[in-house]
Amino acid sequence: MSAVEASVRAEGRSSRWLGSVFAGNPGAVMSRSWLATRSTNWLVVASGFLEPVLYLLSLGVGLGTLIGTVDTGGRQVSYAAFIAPALLATSAMNGAVMDSTFNVFFKLNFGKLYEGMLATPLGPLDVALGEILMALLRGALYGLAFMGVMAAVGLTLSWTALLALPALLIIAFGFASLGMGVVSFMKTFTQLDWIFFVLLPMFLLSSTFFPITVYPPAVRIVIECLPLWHGIELVRGLTTGVITPALLWHVVYFAGMVAVGLVLATTRLKALFLK
Amino acid sequence: MPTPVITATDLVKRFGDFDAVKGISFEVAPGESFGLLGPNGAGKSTTMRMVGAVSPRTGGELSILGLDPNRYGPEIRSQLGVVPQSDNLDVELPVLQNLIVYGRYFGLPRALVKQRAGELLEFAQLTDKAKTKIDDLSGGMKRRLTIARALINDPRILLLDEPTTGLDPQARHILWDRLFRLKEQGTTLVLTTHYMDEAEQLCDRLVVVDKGQIMAEGSPASLIRRYSSREVVELRFGSARNASAAEQLAGVGERIEVLPDRVLIYADDGERALEAVRGRGLEAITSLVRRSSLEDVFLRLTGRSLIE
Ligand SMILES: Nc1ncnc2c1ncn2[C@@H]1O[C@H](COP(=O)(O)OP(=O)(O)O)[C@@H](O)[C@H]1O
Ligand SMILES: [Mg+2]
Repeated sequence: MSAVEASVRAEGRSSRWLGSVFAGNPGAVMSRSWLATRSTNWLVVASGFLEPVLYLLSLGVGLGTLIGTVDTGGRQVSYAAFIAPALLATSAMNGAVMDSTFNVFFKLNFGKLYEGMLATPLGPLDVALGEILMALLRGALYGLAFMGVMAAVGLTLSWTALLALPALLIIAFGFASLGMGVVSFMKTFTQLDWIFFVLLPMFLLSSTFFPITVYPPAVRIVIECLPLWHGIELVRGLTTGVITPALLWHVVYFAGMVAVGLVLATTRLKALFLK
Repeated sequence: MPTPVITATDLVKRFGDFDAVKGISFEVAPGESFGLLGPNGAGKSTTMRMVGAVSPRTGGELSILGLDPNRYGPEIRSQLGVVPQSDNLDVELPVLQNLIVYGRYFGLPRALVKQRAGELLEFAQLTDKAKTKIDDLSGGMKRRLTIARALINDPRILLLDEPTTGLDPQARHILWDRLFRLKEQGTTLVLTTHYMDEAEQLCDRLVVVDKGQIMAEGSPASLIRRYSSREVVELRFGSARNASAAEQLAGVGERIEVLPDRVLIYADDGERALEAVRGRGLEAITSLVRRSSLEDVFLRLTGRSLIE
């Protein structure tokens, strides 16, 4: 019996499916991404963050003076305070999706980075999780910065706004996972464009700028299936202090999104690089 | 023989309905330098990827360091060093960081990885390139860095897929020298190549593969002894005349091969065979007597030359 064999036996690892796709070391993939951020285009990063801020200033402050207050969960809040949490959730989504789609798309289709990683003990789940956690960090960073802006202009209306921070992590995690899961099936730039083709209407319609009650019931059901709507409702509840048990469902929704994304990304990496 | 570090039995790999590897069997002993020699498309890379535990086999048995790669991929890969056919260095990181980051993929402590990375840069003669971008390295340097990277985890087996393909002669010799050092230190090497000189220089033992099957196995010298004569006379009569000249040469030497660009006569004494050719009144444009090589073994086994 070889030394390796002996150590494997001693460890008694028996969960073979997970064992064959996961080495428990996504941290190494993350720190690699961190070192590689030197080659990041910071202008793109900054624009991703500035976009929601511009919406907040132009629509929230500008248009808001015409609109006055909005009813959210029985509470009257200023228009700016109504759209700010929606933009907060959107900025977390933007950061996460940008990282997990564009960057991953290039690595999957043009680079050989993943091939090199997968020749080491790292498995596809280490690679997927490492990349997703990095995207999550970027999403969370966007969110955090945006929340700073919100607090500065007095748009966090309740102490529960603090809970929006972990909520942002969950939202970014969900979008990063699903983003990587979906992009791992894409082969062309046209397909990549589709992501943004989907994101824009979702951004405009997910009760971002007006309450969902304006829609007829049929449309409402569709909107309520979209992830950004769940993210926005979750964050809005927390920053405006309208806490209901429904918030928990949003968390469950994102947990499901994480699971689906991770399974898709892992399966796909395996199919692409371990064939 | 000590317990083999690699045992392959009737190994098969199928892509769709195409069999890339059709039931090959071999063993590699610890410390041995083992080669797979064969032309493009023979199934060498496919075999290496199965051995590297990154490609599941379609059939047969495979044991790497006593473990089944289907079940113990990460454990096996933690003990391997892999130099793939085409470089896959991390182009977003400079040279030294490539080594350090790669070492971290193995879960090794940062301090250990840093120390080894420094030593390996020395070994790869790239110390002064530590901060250089990958895209600014020459092909030979990239290859040496890839080998250094493959050694970062102090592997028990080093897998090299065509280590010198595409390099100029000087870069190849530098690389061979590095690999020879590893061999002397007792590293187990498994390499593929379609260069017979590379196989002769680096392999203790090799298998000749063609179309997914093993045609012969043995040390370079024993293969040459078994499948070829001691010497070969190479004659060029001009492409139009080679075939007709060969007809007139029947009976000279032990065996005659006609290639599009030359005629080969296999004989134990090349000079005498050449005299016999002249005795039949044939004058070649160029003639050359040389020792038999693995190229001749391959030609004998398959009727084709290694590099087409
Ligand atoms: N992923 C793949 N899908 C389909 N065919 C493949 C794949 N990889 C290799 N092949 C085929 O298998 C055969 C052997 O390829 P390979 O192992 O790369 O040969 P070698 O390394 O000896 O040149 C080739 O005909 C090649 O086209
Ligand atoms: Mg090959």
